[in-house]
Amino acid sequence: MRRALILLPPFLWLLLLVAAPVAILAGIALSEPAPGVPPFLPPVSLEAGWQGSFANLLTLAEDWYYAAAFLRSLVVAFLSAAICLLLAYPMALGIASAREGWRVPLLALVLLPFWTGFLPRLGAWIGLLRDGGWVNGVLMGLGLTEAPVPLLYSDAALYLGMVHAYLPFAVLPLTATLLRRDLSVEEAAADLGATPWVVFRTVTLPLSLPGAAAAFLLVFIPAAGEFVIPELLGPPEALLVGRALWGEFFQNRDWPLAAALAVALLALLILPIRLFQRLEDDGGSRRAASPPSRSSGQSLDMVP
Amino acid sequence: MRRVGLAVGLSFLWLPILLLVGYAFSADRIPFQWGGFSLRWFAALAANERMLEAAWLSLRIAAGAATLAVLLGGMAGWVLARHGPFRGRAVFGALAGAPLVLPEVVTGLSLLLLFVVLQGWAEAALGWQVGRGAATVLLAHATLGLAYVAVVVQARLAGMDPALEEAAADLGAGPFTVFRTVTLPLMAPALVAGWLLAFTLSLDDVVVASFVSGPAGTTLPMLVFSQLRIGLTPEINALATVILALAGLAVGAAALILGRNGRRGPGAG
Amino acid sequence: MATAIRAFAPAGPSVIGAAGAPAGPLLRLAGVTKRFGATLALDALSLDVAPGEFLALLGGSGSGKSTLLRIIAGFEAADAGRLLLQGRDIAPLPPHARPVSMVFQSYALFPHLSVFDNVAYGLRRDGVAKPEIAQRVAEALAMVGLTGFEGRRPAQLSGGQRQRVALVRSLVKRPPLLLLDEPLGALDASLRERTGFELRALQRATGAGFVMVTHDQAEALALADRVAVLERGRLAQIGPPRALYDRPATRYVAEFLGAANILEGRLGPDGAVDCAAGCRLRLAVPPGRGPGEAISVALRPERIRLVAGAPPAENGIAARLKDLAYRGDGWMAVVALPDGTEWRVALPSEAAPPAPGEALSLAWAPEALAPLAD
Repeated sequence: MRRALILLPPFLWLLLLVAAPVAILAGIALSEPAPGVPPFLPPVSLEAGWQGSFANLLTLAEDWYYAAAFLRSLVVAFLSAAICLLLAYPMALGIASAREGWRVPLLALVLLPFWTGFLPRLGAWIGLLRDGGWVNGVLMGLGLTEAPVPLLYSDAALYLGMVHAYLPFAVLPLTATLLRRDLSVEEAAADLGATPWVVFRTVTLPLSLPGAAAAFLLVFIPAAGEFVIPELLGPPEALLVGRALWGEFFQNRDWPLAAALAVALLALLILPIRLFQRLEDDGGSRRAASPPSRSSGQSLDMVP
Repeated sequence: MRRVGLAVGLSFLWLPILLLVGYAFSADRIPFQWGGFSLRWFAALAANERMLEAAWLSLRIAAGAATLAVLLGGMAGWVLARHGPFRGRAVFGALAGAPLVLPEVVTGLSLLLLFVVLQGWAEAALGWQVGRGAATVLLAHATLGLAYVAVVVQARLAGMDPALEEAAADLGAGPFTVFRTVTLPLMAPALVAGWLLAFTLSLDDVVVASFVSGPAGTTLPMLVFSQLRIGLTPEINALATVILALAGLAVGAAALILGRNGRRGPGAG
Repeated sequence: MATAIRAFAPAGPSVIGAAGAPAGPLLRLAGVTKRFGATLALDALSLDVAPGEFLALLGGSGSGKSTLLRIIAGFEAADAGRLLLQGRDIAPLPPHARPVSMVFQSYALFPHLSVFDNVAYGLRRDGVAKPEIAQRVAEALAMVGLTGFEGRRPAQLSGGQRQRVALVRSLVKRPPLLLLDEPLGALDASLRERTGFELRALQRATGAGFVMVTHDQAEALALADRVAVLERGRLAQIGPPRALYDRPATRYVAEFLGAANILEGRLGPDGAVDCAAGCRLRLAVPPGRGPGEAISVALRPERIRLVAGAPPAENGIAARLKDLAYRGDGWMAVVALPDGTEWRVALPSEAAPPAPGEALSLAWAPEALAPLAD
């Protein structure tokens, strides 16, 4: 009874503001655009009955323009996640093997940029990468190039921005996994004759794969629908799903097509999302099963 | 080797931020160009009415959304961590986790469509004209924050011995007293962290706010985004520096409070 | 010491020195049954705890002993059966309204409260006045040697200190009945014995009834006035430690409490048992069964002795030494009987040990033989 009272407010809230919107989104993806406010015909109405259509979803399947956007989004998300993982792994290993008192401050250093705001950091890259900017100054100063290289609004800038924004997300699950590992297993491997590199390759790395997968997906999933970073740093012509959706909604006012794009993006991401949640659940139960007094587990409590 | 990797990663994360802060004090009107030390861009920022208005709106939305998120997310996390299987648990867990994994554009668009539908109903049924703006942004941000708070609270409670609450009951505490004297104090660090997280998320969000806001609700990130689309200005450098300083202060204060709570030693009883 | 004892004296009808008081049971369990899905955790279990008694619930994992403790404390509800504390039905009461206290296996000390606030927690819930709380907490901590630790957090205490805080946190409420879930389980071997003696002393000083759950037979035998052995939700045997050890009623009890040799045999017409290994057993008390029936008999390794010459015709057998392990207070020998059965025999340390392969003559008294029900 008491539980129901506590469960009800968040449950109703989530039904209204998470479940209902997604259902409406799916409904509007099946509707026809029409002039007016809001600019679509509801797919089902009392007077006309069913008046929806699958035209929007068919458009996405048939028009190469959108297929290319999806493909490019997946490539960008995959590469961003891969680069983040490569950068994050040594960082996480460095934090996990640091002395006890250093771990939390080091982790805070990784996470603090997240608290400084996403837009200011992108602003910094705009300032650094423009033609007369700092990066070009350094390159010319080193004699690497004579004239400024166009860096801003390029693929390189896009990936720099993506990796800079999402790197902390990748470090966190990896650090948590590496902190939880049983060091005696590595000592056993060394005792059995494995060199440090072999210990890493045969023990540390395989045991940290669930954490690595979580880190990868934690970048991949939001990166696939990213809008702001490509808009501010990427090449203007680079078409990604997030931008296509934004354009259909704000510029073309084609809400049904934007909704169809969102539904298609969700369908595409459902598999990685399920995989991520499975990894989270496994990690969660492992955390719960380990004794609560383990300091390494608790040191992550205060950070998001 | 491990230290090199960490140093490279941290430099990559921090170098742009440190440069940004340094050049915020440059007098030059081109950002990231040194023109002597000056506070003129901070002064310009302080005189920018639109910016200040947007910032004030954003702070109020963020505080309201974070508070709502802590209330609802705290309940959700507690139910998920402390109450075993119940009917609808899987649905509840999936809904609470959804905002964490849905792409922002999807969240933004779907919430906007909900608000449009609700507006339509309100108008048809009650003849009540409601606009979108700060209130809709607040509802959207509270939903995002709820999910984060629920995760933090659930993780905190999962690491806690369930026998603690039983011990309190065994010593004569009724259900409400158990919650007040044991569960709530132990959840407190997670609630503080969750509030800060939800607050920051709200202050940082462009995409969802752009979808669900109306003409009257231009938040600070929306304003900054529209300016950054044109290019970087020294004023934004100054603004970023202010945000960074405030964030640093907040995180430092939180770490101090949490650290002191955890380490309160002999003589405090 | 006298004031310290007062700190723990039960609040209910006094049981200390109550020689002429009505001797009803402190706790009566009658037909307590509990199911978890398809498994029967407790099967119509009945037992009494006398006032001031120290009862150990002994059993392996899955025996139902922890479930029983949680039912008494009120964290689980029994499906059937009655639960009477001092004659009052406590089954409908929620945990916080039951006058029993529990010491948890994990201790469950509140990590956010100081030692003082932990111990005072239960008194505050009872609405005890502030000065009295301060006094009772101080006396309680003095009793277990923790004066001066009031301001510490549980995380700043050693395992043994935590255990003592958990103990006095429950005892300071002066409960008539204290429940202990594996109270020594989390302690080092060196601390266990000492803490066990302290536990007994506290129990005698307070006069409260103690019900302790444990899987450690040595702990149960050493501490308890009576031991109840649980097997798959049923009471296998209950009685004083000595009686249980010497006269186990079932094979499970015999094997759970120490290493017993189990002899299989058949009753002869004269009341003696012909054992399968080739010996004749004469029991002190004839088992109530007819000739020709199969019977199992337990024989403790400590009750077997070496004799010179040939073994006696009854209650003796020839054997050969297979292996020998030194145990400090003596040797544990593994011997092989003529049919290949292996027995354990405890040998005192003062004797010069036999050499492996040597032929031995074993003998025992009729009282050493305990017929088993199964």
